[in-house]
Amino acid sequence: MSSNIVPTSKPVKSTGLHIGAAEPGCAKRDPILVADKVSRSFGGLKAVDVDHLEVPRGAITALIGPNGAGKTTLFNLLTGFDKPDTGTWTFEGRSLGGVPAYKVARMGQVRTFQLTKALGLLTVMDNMLLGAKGQDGESLVKSVLPFLWRGQETANEAKALELLTRFKLDTKKNDYAASLSGGQRKLLEMARALMSDPTLVMLDEPMAGVNPALTQSLLDHVLNLKSEGMSVLFVEHDMHMVRHIADWVVVMAEGRVVAEGDPYEVMQNQAVIDAYLGKHHDEDLGEDTENVEAMKELLDDEL
Amino acid sequence: MIDWGAIFGNAAVELISPTTAAYALAALGLAIHFGYTGLLNFGQAGFMALGAYGYAISILTFGFPVWGAVLVGIGASVVFAIVLGVPTLRLRADYLAIVTIAAAEIVRLLFTTNTFNSVTGSANGLSGYKTEFAALNPIPDGTYGFGPFEYNAYDWWLRIVAWSVVILACLLTWQLMRSPWGRVIKGIREDEDAVRALGKNVYSYKMQSLILGGVFGTLAGMIFALPRAVVPSNYQTSLTFFIYAILLLGGAATILGPVIGSMIFWVLLSFFSGFIARAVEAGWLPFMSSIQAGQLRFILVGVAIMLIVVFRPQGIFGNKKELAFVK
Repeated sequence: MSSNIVPTSKPVKSTGLHIGAAEPGCAKRDPILVADKVSRSFGGLKAVDVDHLEVPRGAITALIGPNGAGKTTLFNLLTGFDKPDTGTWTFEGRSLGGVPAYKVARMGQVRTFQLTKALGLLTVMDNMLLGAKGQDGESLVKSVLPFLWRGQETANEAKALELLTRFKLDTKKNDYAASLSGGQRKLLEMARALMSDPTLVMLDEPMAGVNPALTQSLLDHVLNLKSEGMSVLFVEHDMHMVRHIADWVVVMAEGRVVAEGDPYEVMQNQAVIDAYLGKHHDEDLGEDTENVEAMKELLDDEL
Repeated sequence: MIDWGAIFGNAAVELISPTTAAYALAALGLAIHFGYTGLLNFGQAGFMALGAYGYAISILTFGFPVWGAVLVGIGASVVFAIVLGVPTLRLRADYLAIVTIAAAEIVRLLFTTNTFNSVTGSANGLSGYKTEFAALNPIPDGTYGFGPFEYNAYDWWLRIVAWSVVILACLLTWQLMRSPWGRVIKGIREDEDAVRALGKNVYSYKMQSLILGGVFGTLAGMIFALPRAVVPSNYQTSLTFFIYAILLLGGAATILGPVIGSMIFWVLLSFFSGFIARAVEAGWLPFMSSIQAGQLRFILVGVAIMLIVVFRPQGIFGNKKELAFVK
């Protein structure tokens, strides 16, 4: 579905993000998120085992890897939705160890979910307003005294309407979120995350299940985040999209970071090819259509 | 012949009876728990028992004034909510259901056991705690009202206080649910992880909701106890289920639903009970004894509620639009 997407404009790539060679765990000039020795096991399976990872500020970083590589688990660990067995990680220099998810979000690191979590029986506008930070009316005592929060609410509504207009959802503002299409829900989830003025936006498979027409507008929105000074970390399977918008790519396989680099070089990396195709991909082991397709996309793609 | 006037009169009396008010208030508490926050609290009877016993014991054993007794009841239910909430609110909704149903039974059995007979009156319960409340009555002695609604000063006082509490609780809930606090609460009902990802302390909100709805249940327990004695067998699990029936009848996430639902429930119950008893007397139901007839009313109320739920599944005040989507 992705090959027929025509980018509206060639995105400006950020370069010179790293110090030294582009290898797994390499240092960044200005990291926003740093993880050290983060590991998480489920029973006997080590889902995530990351020695060192730095996510650059003001850039779009893609986290890719075959199914089961631990991308979403790492996401959950970094956002406080899951607790690692070992390791430390900091966001803007502040340690996030043991910090619950809601506090992580308040620090400015907001995430979306692989399976979209639009709040179905709330209106689109209510979904948006829920995203705003520091609302006085969300305290049980103050909520019964509307004059304490009416002004804030009006300001938030104006901001929400502006965002909804940008995401072309403004005509839907009074509809239940459950009445939106899958792609519109992805847009709503992203717009809702922006209500909190985040510094790092973490998108878990933002393109999954979105039709090509909406994919293009979603891509533009992700690029807009960067031009507005936010950092983006996203998980994605669609290689074209990764190559199109990512400034930096982190490749995971079997819980480890196996390669890092700019999107063109990293896909030539032997470790990446091994991760997707297996170390013995030259030998005939029978059919493995899914990964072969993915790899073909990687190799044949020309932008 | 059947005396229809008496049947309808007795049914109409239930419209403003304190018991109706108590059920309405308890159902409003459940609306906060279940309808707005998505908490499956099956222990509302436990909150009501704590209110009734907290009030009665404070007055009989400790000689507290009315306001002190009310505060004791509220305090007990806040503690109860915290004890229930701390271990379960971090888990999935079903765990809360299991824990609350068990905890409410524990509360009832503690009040039933002979060990605390001197304080709780065990299975016989408590009575004689009404003088303090009656002493606050500003209405001069006498009988007031018209038609079936004719009461003495105490009964009017009780009804006025009971329905004032219900109205205040409705206004409070209405204001809360249209505020940003209510928005967070409803968001938690839809998907708590999403709300967490937006920087809200979901655990704290669920606890606040559990406490608030529990306090409504406790106040309902006090109103429920004032026209009768406090007997532990009144606070069985079936009480919780009746309140759920009322809530679903009126509409789970509505303010007026619990109130109107409670009125319909009690009017129907009284109507069927009066009608069947007199029909048996009049020989309309020759196959039935009057004892069997006493049970039949619950069957008929069940059928009536089923009809309403089948033909109006969102409840009387519920929003039909909300049902168009399967979650």
